[in-house]
Amino acid sequence: MKKILILSGKGGTGKTTVAASLIEYLNSKTIADCDVDAPNLHLLLKVKNPVEKDFIGSKKALIDVDKCISCGLCAEKCRFDAIHSFGSSYKVDEISCEGCTMCSLVCPAGAVSFYDDKSGTLQKYTAPYDFSTACLKLGRGNSGKLVSEVKRNMVIKNTEEYAVLDGSPGIGCPVIASISGVDWVLLVAEPTLSGFSDLKRIVSTAKAFDLNMALCVNKSDINMKITNEIIDYCKDEGVYYLGLIPYDKAVLKALKSCKLIINVPSEAGNALRNVFKEFKQVLENEN
Amino acid sequence: MKIAVLSGKGGTGKTFVSVNLVNSTENTDYYDCDVEEPNGDLFFQSKLIQELPVKVLLPSFDKEKCNACHECVDACSFNALALIGKDMLLFESICHSCGVCSFVCKQKAISEVPKQTGVIKIGKAGDSKVVTGKLNMGEAIGVPVISGVLDLMDEDRNSIIDCPPGSACSVVESTQKADYCLIVAEPTSFGFHNFKMVEQLARVLKKPFAVVVNKAESKNNIVSSYCKKNKIKVLDTFLFNRKIAQDNSRGEICTSVDDKMKARFISLLDNINDDWQRSLK
Repeated sequence: MKKILILSGKGGTGKTTVAASLIEYLNSKTIADCDVDAPNLHLLLKVKNPVEKDFIGSKKALIDVDKCISCGLCAEKCRFDAIHSFGSSYKVDEISCEGCTMCSLVCPAGAVSFYDDKSGTLQKYTAPYDFSTACLKLGRGNSGKLVSEVKRNMVIKNTEEYAVLDGSPGIGCPVIASISGVDWVLLVAEPTLSGFSDLKRIVSTAKAFDLNMALCVNKSDINMKITNEIIDYCKDEGVYYLGLIPYDKAVLKALKSCKLIINVPSEAGNALRNVFKEFKQVLENEN
Repeated sequence: MKIAVLSGKGGTGKTFVSVNLVNSTENTDYYDCDVEEPNGDLFFQSKLIQELPVKVLLPSFDKEKCNACHECVDACSFNALALIGKDMLLFESICHSCGVCSFVCKQKAISEVPKQTGVIKIGKAGDSKVVTGKLNMGEAIGVPVISGVLDLMDEDRNSIIDCPPGSACSVVESTQKADYCLIVAEPTSFGFHNFKMVEQLARVLKKPFAVVVNKAESKNNIVSSYCKKNKIKVLDTFLFNRKIAQDNSRGEICTSVDDKMKARFISLLDNINDDWQRSLK
């Protein structure tokens, strides 16, 4: 089973729209949404009632006010600015605390204990897809760890089938966690100065991993000059160029009624089909 | 006043709103905290004044002193250390620079050395300061770069903080010092879903907030009706406009050429200010 991850660098270029249609086109049954900060794929695939499991991302410190002697050592040594004086004692800010345990190591009164912090919820849908995803608790770190857990929850079989993973924007920890171990990255680019700049950053980041990259340009007619620059850039970087998808109001309409754009007869739908046809050929030639 | 501009979903127009707020008003500076993908300066093309490296501390091991006792490996809460035979191995990208390993080492074999993880660029565009945080590629943790950017905020001026997408720790860090949150929402099912996540975040952080709807097809949309029902202020609604999208793609700032847009952004900042003042009472 080959794993295909959808990425873009910049947000809002159309990753999820492309991912949902690719799942349909390849008839993938093993899928994941790695954008745990802002998951959306489930909305388009109309799946319901996932099996949920708490995700314990880290420990958090707790100061016992009765034992605390207000020496302030914990606050001084905390590198995350997570401990502040509070009345006659000290208090841990649960959002800033990273659970490193420095505070308890320096506390002369043994006033610090730790509790498991639920930093997200893992979700698994079983029908009609084997669909693994999660939702990070607001403001939590550890999104990389949660993404790794989402991937571990996928059942990767030894078949010819393709597994499709929707990624998150950026180049940081959730993205790095999502890239490791995949076979292909499908990049959804946007022809704007911002989109092109972000694309270069994600391509450089992904290059450190041993994988193949392919690319399509979404909303390509918004700026043909940058679209052409992106196509040239692909050639220079050894990224397979698959084709263009024009800006089309039908995409928004399809999204509104929770339809997949490749199932809607439209300019963008047809263009996306051609992109996937090209992609499938590239995938098959590689085998 | 310090205003954090956030959205949940990517690509809703955080940078569009931030850049135009700064461009159309006096006494306002721009701080790009989307350090994984900073884009604001593509619009400002500011004149570079200064570049500051962002460094974090990483443990370094003295082989002579290390007796392979394993204590640092056990103490690390992030599983960033491993002992392979007699050699210490550090997984740099997951190290949180907490200092626990060097603290627990009885042999004093661990020292902490600075390592650059990103850079902060300070530029000038017109009367505005343009501060951009940029995380090095391959680095996982952007929080130190974000906090470095925010340390440069000027108390006497208005600060617009362009936040990263999502609702994780990097967004919290970016909004930490803000007086007010401005949420840019896109009225699609995705945009709406993620908007509600950020709305919750603003409530958890106890920040006053309001909404700007962007890329709408009409003034009445799923975001506006939700806001009406929940008594959330919508300060302006920008309809999708192909011309704006095209100008934006070239890195043009619309308030530089369009006086009507400029007037809208000036009143947007006024409205934010009024709403913030009210929230203080």
